[in-house]
Amino acid sequence: MSAAEPTIDAPDAAPKRRSETQEVLRRLYSKPTAVLSTVVVLVVVLCALFPWLIAPHDPFAQSLALRLKPPSFADGGVAGFWLGTDHLGRDTLSRIIYGARVTLIVSLLAVIVSGIIGVWLGLLAGFSGGVTDAIILRLIDTQLAFPVVLLVISLVAVVGPSLTNLVVLMGLSAWPRFARIVRGSVLSVRGLEYVEAARAIGASRLRMMMRHILPNVLSAIIVYTSFELARMILLEATLSFLGLGVQPPDPTWGGMINSGKEYLSLSPAVSLFPGMAIGAIILAFNLLGDELRDALDPQLSHD
Amino acid sequence: MPQYIANRLLLTLPVLFGILLISFILTHISGDPTDLILPPDATESARKSFREQHGLDRPLWVQFGSFSWHALQGDFGESLRFGVSAISLVTERMAATTELAVAAMVLAIGIGIPAGVVAAYWRNTVVDVVVRAMTLVGQAIPSFYLGIVSIVVFAVMLGWLPTGGRGTWAQLLLPAATLSLHIVALITRVTRSCMLDVLGQDYIRTARAKGLGESVVVRRHALRNAFIPVLTIIGLQVGLLMGGVIVTETVFSWPGVGRLAIQAIYARDFPVVQAVVFLFAMIFVIVNLLVDLLYAALDPRIGYK
Repeated sequence: MSAAEPTIDAPDAAPKRRSETQEVLRRLYSKPTAVLSTVVVLVVVLCALFPWLIAPHDPFAQSLALRLKPPSFADGGVAGFWLGTDHLGRDTLSRIIYGARVTLIVSLLAVIVSGIIGVWLGLLAGFSGGVTDAIILRLIDTQLAFPVVLLVISLVAVVGPSLTNLVVLMGLSAWPRFARIVRGSVLSVRGLEYVEAARAIGASRLRMMMRHILPNVLSAIIVYTSFELARMILLEATLSFLGLGVQPPDPTWGGMINSGKEYLSLSPAVSLFPGMAIGAIILAFNLLGDELRDALDPQLSHD
Repeated sequence: MPQYIANRLLLTLPVLFGILLISFILTHISGDPTDLILPPDATESARKSFREQHGLDRPLWVQFGSFSWHALQGDFGESLRFGVSAISLVTERMAATTELAVAAMVLAIGIGIPAGVVAAYWRNTVVDVVVRAMTLVGQAIPSFYLGIVSIVVFAVMLGWLPTGGRGTWAQLLLPAATLSLHIVALITRVTRSCMLDVLGQDYIRTARAKGLGESVVVRRHALRNAFIPVLTIIGLQVGLLMGGVIVTETVFSWPGVGRLAIQAIYARDFPVVQAVVFLFAMIFVIVNLLVDLLYAALDPRIGYK
C-alpha cells in the first residue's frame, strides 16, 4: 500500500451530510411564500432596529402647512411625503417605520413571557399527569374562557398602558395556548422508549424534561411562536386602536389608524397605510408558521 | 349520557370560580379600589367612609366571598357614572349585541361552510387556491381596520351604506360583515380540512360506487360527517365574537355591550366593567357546555372519559 493512496478518513466521494437545521432551512426556503414572508419580517425588523436610518422624515415633526396631505403619487400630494401626512402634518411613512418598533417589541416580549410560562406549565402538566395535570388543565380552561381582548383591555385600563404593563398582561393572557400545545406534544412523546430508558437509568425529572422531552416538542413550539407573534401583533394593534396601547406621541400602527379615523372623509390614507403594515406582518408570520410546520415535519401533510 | 352531563357540569364549577376570581381581581390588582374609584383629591374621611360603605376594610377573602355571592345573583353594585344597577345597564344593551353577533354568525356560517366545501371538493384547483388565499388575508386583517376601510368605501366614497348607528338592515350590514371576518376565515379553513378528511373515506367511495349523484354524496355523506368538528369550532368562536364586538361596536357606534364596556373602561366605571366581564365569560362557558353536549348527542362514540 503506497502512501499516496487515499485513507479511509477522507471519503471524498460521499455526499456531505447536512445538519438537521440546514435540512429544515433548505426545505423551508424552497417555498416562495416562505422566502417572501421572511423578507417582509426582515424589513419590519430592520425598521424597528434602525428607524432613523430608514425614515425619510422626523416622525414627530409637525407642520401646519402639510396637514392631511395625500400620498405623493396622488393628486395634491407633496413630493417627499410618499404616503402623505396626518392631521398634525407628520409624515405617515416615517411614523409607520418608527411604529414598527413598538409593535415588534411589545409583541415579541409578550410572546416570550407567554412562551416561558406556557411551555413550563405545559411540560409540567404533560410530564407529571395526575393532580398537577388536572389543576393546570383547569387553569388553562378558565383562562381560555375569558374573552382575551376584554380581559386585557380592562386590566390595562386599571394598571395603565405602560410598555411593561402591556407586555406582562398580553403575555399572561396568552400562555394557555402555549401550555396546551406543549402538553399535547409531551403526552405524545412521554411514553416513547427513549424516555423510558432515561427514566430507567435514573435521570431526574428535571433532566428528563429538559434533555429528553423539551427538544422533541421544540418544533411544535417554534411553529406556534410564529402564529403567536401574529396574534400578539393583532392584539397590540387592537389595544392601540382603542387608545390603550403605548401612548402618544410614540407612533403605533393601531394608534395611527385610530387618530386617522376622525379624518376618513378628508384623507383616508392616514388610516389606510398603517393598516396595510399590520396586515402584511401578520400575514407574513402566519405564512411563515404554516411553512415552518411543513418544513419541520415533512411527513405530515397539512391542508 | 346523564353521567356525562353531570360530569361536564361539575367541570364548569372550577371555571366559574376562576371567572369570579378574575372579575374580583380586576378592581384589586392595583391595590386599594378606593384609589381607582374616588378622585385623586378625595379627602381621607371620604375615603374612609367609602371603604366602610363598600366593605373594603374587611379581609380580602371576605370581600371576595361577598362579591361572589352578589355576582352570582347578578348584583355588581351601581354604575358609578349612571347611578343605576350595573347589570341592568348591561342587559339593556344585550339585545343590540346579540343582534350583531347573530348576524355575524349567520354570515360566517353562510359563507364559510360553502367556501370550505367548494375548496375541498376542487382541491388544488384555482378555486381552492383563491379560497385559501382569501382565508389567509382574512385572518391577517384586523377587524377594526376592515371596519374603517368599509366605512371609507361604502359610506364615504360610494355613499351606499350609513357609517354607523342601529335600527335598519343597512346599518347592520357593515358591522356584521366586519365582525364575521375572522370567523369566516376560520370556519372556511376548518370546513375545508374536515371535508378533505371525509372525502378520502371508504364510505364516500362506496356512495359513489353505488351510483349516487355527486351533490348527494357531498351533502348527505360528506358534509354531514365533516360537520361535527366544524360545529365545535363554531361554538368556540363565541369568545372571538365577544372580543370582536368590543372593537366593532366602537368603530360603528353600535349601541351594545361592547361599546358600553369601552365607555365604562374609559370612565373607570368598574362595576359595569365587572358585570360585562362576568356576563361575557358566563355566556362563553354556557355556550361551550351546550356545544359539548350537542357534540355528544350527535356522535354516540363520544363519552366522558
